[in-house]
Amino acid sequence: MKIAVLMKRVPDTASVFKIGADNKSVETDNLKYVMSPYDEHALEEAIQTKEAGKADEVFVITVGPDAAKETIRTALAMGADRAVFVKDDAASDTNCKGTAMILAAALKTEAPELIFAGKQAVDDDASQVPERVAELLDIPHASVVTSFELNDGTALVEREIEGGHYKMEMALPALFTTQKGINTPRYPTLPNIMKAKKKEIKELTFADIGLSAADVASGVTIEEMALPRQDRLNKILDGDNDERVAQLLSVLREEEKVL
Amino acid sequence: MDFGLSEEQEMIRTQVRQIADAFDLEYWRERDKTKEYPQDFLDAFAKAGWLGIAIPEAYGGAGLGTLEACLLLHEICASGAGTSGASPVHFSIFPPMPIIKYGSDEQKQNYLPKIASGEMNLGFSITEPDAGTDTTRISTFAARDGDDYVITGKKVWSSNLQHADRTLILVRTEPYEAVERKTLGMSLFLMDLKSEGITIREIEKLGRHCVDSNELFMDSVRVPATDLIGEEGRGFYHLLSGLNPERLLVAAEAVGIGHAGLDLGIRYAKERIVFNRPIGQNQGIQFPLADAYTKLEVAFLMVMKGAWLYDNDMPCGEEANIAKIRAAEAGFEACDASLQTHGGMGYAKEYHIERLWREVRLFKIAPISQEMALNYVGEHVLGLPKSY
Repeated sequence: MKIAVLMKRVPDTASVFKIGADNKSVETDNLKYVMSPYDEHALEEAIQTKEAGKADEVFVITVGPDAAKETIRTALAMGADRAVFVKDDAASDTNCKGTAMILAAALKTEAPELIFAGKQAVDDDASQVPERVAELLDIPHASVVTSFELNDGTALVEREIEGGHYKMEMALPALFTTQKGINTPRYPTLPNIMKAKKKEIKELTFADIGLSAADVASGVTIEEMALPRQDRLNKILDGDNDERVAQLLSVLREEEKVL
Repeated sequence: MDFGLSEEQEMIRTQVRQIADAFDLEYWRERDKTKEYPQDFLDAFAKAGWLGIAIPEAYGGAGLGTLEACLLLHEICASGAGTSGASPVHFSIFPPMPIIKYGSDEQKQNYLPKIASGEMNLGFSITEPDAGTDTTRISTFAARDGDDYVITGKKVWSSNLQHADRTLILVRTEPYEAVERKTLGMSLFLMDLKSEGITIREIEKLGRHCVDSNELFMDSVRVPATDLIGEEGRGFYHLLSGLNPERLLVAAEAVGIGHAGLDLGIRYAKERIVFNRPIGQNQGIQFPLADAYTKLEVAFLMVMKGAWLYDNDMPCGEEANIAKIRAAEAGFEACDASLQTHGGMGYAKEYHIERLWREVRLFKIAPISQEMALNYVGEHVLGLPKSY
């Protein structure tokens, strides 16, 4: 059995974010990138499944700029057997829908029986791509999985739902997104770091998977981007309750213009 | 010139740091107080295969070089672990060097895989109370008796013995007076610390509270001849070939502690508001921190150069000594500038900088003093007359 893990390279959340000179993008020059933490859980679950003798191969798949290779190497050092890398710098103009189209197209030729992904990427928090991929591949999915058990051709999983857990059994092929708590992702060991450089990274272009940049363009224009204001007004309002409410409304309306 | 690290070397930095960061400053503050050996920290590194970084692949290691070992120790120190975190890992890298280079196949089979896996810890016993820097004056003696040697004498500043299974010990097998050259007649043994006749007494010290330094007394300790490492009489030379890489490892540690100390100072300078502005806005605060940073970076460049030369089989005595001198100074200056930035809070254990300040001070004394390293540069690089 072949397991695919969807992986995204994201800025380290400990980074200090700055808005670029165009006021429409995040400045990326000094950002450190890591594998999205929920994807680490996805990869760990895949590796454990293979180690338990229930799968033959684990590969990671990602789409992104050339620099994403660094994160791919980390995944290979953790224990993935190989990687599929859809490389196209125009990918930066895509969004969840486009990314899902790219991944699904690349996955079709691989035909994995089982797909894991993090429940969301920690940069845009969209929680859309894996589910869209499942829909495009026409396979069932379960999100926010906290426990996973593979039996003959079916998977028994637990999902977090409001106020409880939801247990479900699904036939493979299927896609699952992982939540914290499902496992503890391992650190790459030094011997595996050294093996990683010999593992295959299969590079694909959009053309290879039958797509063009126009097909996956986001269709969204960002007008402006700004960081939340950090300074406080530090205004103490005087008077009785009615007076203070009146003053507060006037501040919100006239000074802050939020009402 | 290519100053870049390879993708693999970059990954070494990132992954080591990730493991080390799981043990935060509070962990080390607590350990500094209780003096408990950081076994769980060491286990984490053992489990991920880091202890065998410089041990050949045939013996369960990764077979990497001094440069990678320097990156490993630098990152451990830069995480704030200090010498308490670096030394246990260091002992799996430096003391095995003569075994790797001069040990018999049997010794390599017996010991190296266990050292790489963390199953076996080593100590290091060279210095004697009456022979410090002048190593040729050591008097601990191993006399041949059948298949054994019988060792009698005393060592001081023997590291890690409280947790080590064996120690790499340098002894005389011929008296100083009897040898043609004073550097001959010394031999290396990998002595079992459970042997009869051994007494170990721990030394209370300024820093590195988790990792012990000891006095070691040997009264007719029988050591099998199979524990002799390399050639009898040439132990000093066997050791010598490992001294340059050790200087580089130590320099990498000093720079790492300097970075950890400096980071604390920078953070405090940004956060601490006095007279309505962060103190880091004052040049009196900013300049010492910026100055310390430049010195750390320059020292680390020399560490990398020395390590690269060594790994490429080129002489690196000059670079290793320069790196040691500059790194020990830069590391201490960085921690001192950070402590000064903290003002009164720098004196409080809660702010962590005092621990790093105490620990990094070691490197101006050990493994050799700044002055002896300068002697090397004066004599062997500048060609001046030997001064001692």
